[in-house]
Amino acid sequence: MLFVLRRLLAGVLMVAASGLAAVAQDTDAPIQTLLQTHAEAIAKSSRKTIGPAIDALAASGLDDAQTVLQRWQDKEMWFDKETGLFVFAEKADNKTLTLFDVAGGGTIGTAPKKSYKQLKPNSGIRSMIGAALVQFQLNSPDPLTRATALNAIEREAEASHLTALRGAIDSEENPFLKTRKIRLERLLTIRFAEDDDTRIAAIKSFAGDLGVDVRAALNPLVATRIEAARDVPEGAMPLKVGSDALPRDAAYAILVAQDDAPARVSPGALRDALVANIKDDQIAGIQVATLVTDEARADVYGLLAGEGRVAPLVTEADVTASLERFRFFATYTSAPLAVALAAQATLDDIEATVALNQTADLVLDALSLASIYFLAAIGLAITFGVMGVINMAHGEFIMMGAYTGYVVQLFVPDYTLSILLAIPLAFAVTFAAGVALERLVIRWLYHRPLETLLATFGVSIALQQLAKNIFGTQARPLTAPGWLDGSWVLNDIVSISYIRIAIFALALLFLALFLFVMNRTRLGLEVRAVTQNPRMAASMGINPDRINMLTFGFGSGIAGIAGVAIGLYAKVTSEMGTDYIVQSFMTVVVGGVGNIWGTLLGATMVGSLQKGIEWLNPSNTLAAQTYMILFIILFIQFRPRGIIALKGRAAEA
Amino acid sequence: MSALLEVSGVSVSFDGFKAINNLTFQIGAAEMRAVIGPNGAGKTTFMDIITGKTKPDEGHVLWGEKSISLLSMSESRIAQEGIGRKFQRPTIFEDQTVADNLMLALKKNRSPLAVLRFRPREEDHAKVADLAEQIGLTAALHRKSGELSHGQKQWLELGMLLAQDPRLLLVDEPAAGMTPAEREHTTEILVEAAKTRAVVVVEHDMEFVRRLNCKVTVLHEGSVLAEGSLDHVTANEKVIEVYLGR
Amino acid sequence: MAYLALTPRRRPLVARYPSIAIFLGILALFTVGVTVLAEGFGIGLISTSFVKTLGKTLCLCLVALAMDLVWGYCGILSLGHMAFFGIGGYAIGMWLMYARTELIVIESLAAAPLPPTPQEISDGIATQIFGVVGASEFPPIWSVAHSLPLQLAAVVLVPGVLALVFGWLAFRSRVTGVYLSILTQAMTLALSLYLFQNDSGLRGNNGLSGLQNLPGLDAIPQSTISIVFFWASAFALGLGYLVCAWVVSGKFGSVIRAIRDDEARARFLGYSVEAYKLFIFTFTAVIAGIAGALYYPQAGIINPAEIAPIASIYLAVWVAIGGRGKLYGAVIGAAFVSLLSSWFTGGQAPDINLGVYTIQWVDWWTILLGLSFVAVTLFAPRGIGGLFDLIAERRSPDRHGAALGPDAGALREKEADA
Repeated sequence: MLFVLRRLLAGVLMVAASGLAAVAQDTDAPIQTLLQTHAEAIAKSSRKTIGPAIDALAASGLDDAQTVLQRWQDKEMWFDKETGLFVFAEKADNKTLTLFDVAGGGTIGTAPKKSYKQLKPNSGIRSMIGAALVQFQLNSPDPLTRATALNAIEREAEASHLTALRGAIDSEENPFLKTRKIRLERLLTIRFAEDDDTRIAAIKSFAGDLGVDVRAALNPLVATRIEAARDVPEGAMPLKVGSDALPRDAAYAILVAQDDAPARVSPGALRDALVANIKDDQIAGIQVATLVTDEARADVYGLLAGEGRVAPLVTEADVTASLERFRFFATYTSAPLAVALAAQATLDDIEATVALNQTADLVLDALSLASIYFLAAIGLAITFGVMGVINMAHGEFIMMGAYTGYVVQLFVPDYTLSILLAIPLAFAVTFAAGVALERLVIRWLYHRPLETLLATFGVSIALQQLAKNIFGTQARPLTAPGWLDGSWVLNDIVSISYIRIAIFALALLFLALFLFVMNRTRLGLEVRAVTQNPRMAASMGINPDRINMLTFGFGSGIAGIAGVAIGLYAKVTSEMGTDYIVQSFMTVVVGGVGNIWGTLLGATMVGSLQKGIEWLNPSNTLAAQTYMILFIILFIQFRPRGIIALKGRAAEA
Repeated sequence: MSALLEVSGVSVSFDGFKAINNLTFQIGAAEMRAVIGPNGAGKTTFMDIITGKTKPDEGHVLWGEKSISLLSMSESRIAQEGIGRKFQRPTIFEDQTVADNLMLALKKNRSPLAVLRFRPREEDHAKVADLAEQIGLTAALHRKSGELSHGQKQWLELGMLLAQDPRLLLVDEPAAGMTPAEREHTTEILVEAAKTRAVVVVEHDMEFVRRLNCKVTVLHEGSVLAEGSLDHVTANEKVIEVYLGR
Repeated sequence: MAYLALTPRRRPLVARYPSIAIFLGILALFTVGVTVLAEGFGIGLISTSFVKTLGKTLCLCLVALAMDLVWGYCGILSLGHMAFFGIGGYAIGMWLMYARTELIVIESLAAAPLPPTPQEISDGIATQIFGVVGASEFPPIWSVAHSLPLQLAAVVLVPGVLALVFGWLAFRSRVTGVYLSILTQAMTLALSLYLFQNDSGLRGNNGLSGLQNLPGLDAIPQSTISIVFFWASAFALGLGYLVCAWVVSGKFGSVIRAIRDDEARARFLGYSVEAYKLFIFTFTAVIAGIAGALYYPQAGIINPAEIAPIASIYLAVWVAIGGRGKLYGAVIGAAFVSLLSSWFTGGQAPDINLGVYTIQWVDWWTILLGLSFVAVTLFAPRGIGGLFDLIAERRSPDRHGAALGPDAGALREKEADA
């Protein structure tokens, strides 16, 4: 009775104090009653005792419950120090609060701050409130709130969410959210459902699903512990000692841990034991100086053990005997056998799908590497493949293109514009360099391939050092425009960055350009004429000098553009050319000299080979390159003229 | 007469083009034979097949009394078997002296280790001098062969061929670019050689062929069109049509 | 070289080729001169480090001889001979490092209360050597590192067998000319990339170091060791020169030059071109390996960068600048360029002040070298050695530089004169 009296009194006092009460506080509202029932726990705000209060609110079914939980979580709930009545409050000024009724949220009026106490739930409690709020949020009319709630559950799921989720599926109208809810419900079922059959059904429904969340839910279920006993119990999986799953040493370690066998004496421990027992340069009567082999040390240790001064030595035979006395087996530790087996089966199934998708991802990777090699090699396919000129400075032309891009970006800050400017500029710069090289050096060395090779090496060395002198040894960035950031994600495993797609597209574009120039233009016709028979071409009125110059310039210019593309993907350094030159030549040679389709195939082969080897040995990209080069050397044994070989007399010329 | 070289049913094609089509050819141990035919008749390819440079798609090439197949042998092995070849353009080692060139060609063990230990003996020098006299290059023996005239180079190559002491000589247009007197000399050398070994001469010049006075094989589109004496084949209508008539 | 084919009685090699005697004489004088001027036994005018530089230069001359034999005489532009050189260095370096570390480990274990077992010594050495790459066990390729004779055999055998296998594969499939060059370059690249890995078993990019310290000879000062190595290098160079001259002087030399100028013709003469190439390739690889085994104890350190393709390209540069197809040309080129190079890159060359820009030779030497290489290829294909012929006025007739043979690797008339 006292309680009711106090409440009444408080109501009167409050009205009197505020003077302008809009609505009187509904002290008998069900929500207030409920809160009062748990008033003590709420006021105490301890994580240990608050549970029942939150649960009661969540389960009450009252319309106000959600608001209460929400504002409680937001630290907007206060209670009257005298009456203990709960209100919502906002600070009007430093000393005054504006009060609202917990039931219905109507304004009650203002009151001095000092007569109320704020509830300050700590973060633990706030997250418990949050979990309780989930069921309200899941049914919220706002789809964004529902999605946020789902995110929260995905992040930190609890058993209680399962019921909430199940209750929120049928009413969901948004098909996308509904799918998410169903999926999440099944994931939660796997983790929290009581009934094994339900769990197994949920597990089985995920067969072949690539989601990381599925594997995260399944993996804990198949955790095992390896034990040893005389007999393998029912439902455990026997293991063979010495297999990959249970190496000999690990098996013995288990026995030692179970106190079923004595620990082995490590060489270090053995030595320490011997050292501890040295007396007058002797151990157990043996001269220390004679202990120069492991066997001698073991013998002496045996003597000490015989005297009982050290733990006996465990020999290999002892280990074998101990291991033979026991059977080893693995048991599932965190789920009943049937559930664990179902999880394992589903995981295996997922693993197969993952492997399939990883292969797809690998193929994409290989394709993009192939397009980079193709880009690097296409200029060479012109100068070497068509003209037969070995240009070892080709890599440096790629570098020049990349540095041109870098310099353009110094002056043009807009990345899209700068790249669009850099491409023609890089072509112009390397075209000029190519023409200069052809006029000054290569022209004098036609039909002397070894001399050309050496002279262009000289140029390559000089250009590299020149770049080092101008730009320094530090790597320079060539930044891609923003719209090339990010990647195209197909699923959790297969994705490809936009830059790589752009490079792939560029490679195709170059292929088309090459085919167009060589087969559909006057220049291409003249180039083919000059390369096949320069004297005849000259007598037809074609100037071979001019054609050679233009062709070489064209090939070099393409190398420059390739440089811009490669610079976007890798760092720009003075040595970047050397990274590509051997691979580029390999690409052209493997594909078959003088045939652009061969170069394409060569690039595909070299690229996929390198990615394939990297996949087999992912830790070591250097080894991948080594093995790739060895493979190519062997490949040339079997197809010395490349994949697409010219045959007959033309090939022998 | 047992054949020294027997080519039967040989065909070879380059990218669909049949350079040699079911060719059959025989030559005895001491016989001179002229092979004529228009451009593209397959004369050079025919020699390439015998010397192992080109592998035929089908057919047999059998050699010597034991009829061993030449098809599985390398070029150098075939040369060691006793088949010498002279190219259309004189190919001698111009960087080396005439004596060096001849010494290189002398019939000796060709394996690297044997060559490494080889030191010319009196009789080798004599043989070289002898050959030089035969080809009229005694005075030029210590000159660098690159300095020789075109005709002298042709002879040097013939001399190298003889130094190999082959059982079969394949000679491609030996008289090209020679003066009449030089041709005369060349004819003599070839006729002399044919007394002891088989000689196949590929030639365009009818006058030269007539002077060799031997059996003639006419090639056309990769197979034998006619065979017999020069007068016989020049009377053949098909031959006139494809070759001589033009 | 004049060839006196019809000389009835054969005179000894040195008498037939005065250039051999001249070369050996100069080498002997040089060796004596350096010995007198060095710190080890002489008056100390030349510093020990410079004696080492000179000794290393002699080794480079030796590998240049090998390069000249394979390229200048046989026409195979190999871009892999510095790899063989490096392998020789690694082979001897493994023993040097093992033996020296063994001494250090035994010394440190001597203080332990128990005498060390072989296993403990081996573990100690392994930890010392492979600690830098995070390993502590001997990889299989070190299994004979404890034995000097076996590692010395490896100096010869490993480059030899590698060259034999690689050459057999390449020559068998008739890979020639630039294709072969690129293939050898790929081989070199593959090898250096392999060695760059930490789990290659040869300490990754750390390489082998401390090779100048000979095991057990700590008491002998470096000034003495350096002069002994200098002698050994000079002796190896002299012997190598003699052997190479012997190989190229006779009919064998005639055959390999024939192969260089016209491979197909040599084949139709009955010479197995592949066998000859393989012989020369392997033989020169062995010479390169020996040169490397003498070089790296003087250099003190070897790492995979030494094997990178660029090193083999420099080797070709030396031979080209010196004059290929002449043994003394290769030696002159290697000595001249490598000494000049160390003078420039060592910072001893005076900088040139252009007012607006100061040319620092450390930065610009490589550019000068690259461009002069282009110039030599274009304007002086006979290299420095060609100057000697100009002096001797032994010029062959100018045939406007037509090819000597139809093969791509053939010499041009202008440059052929040996």
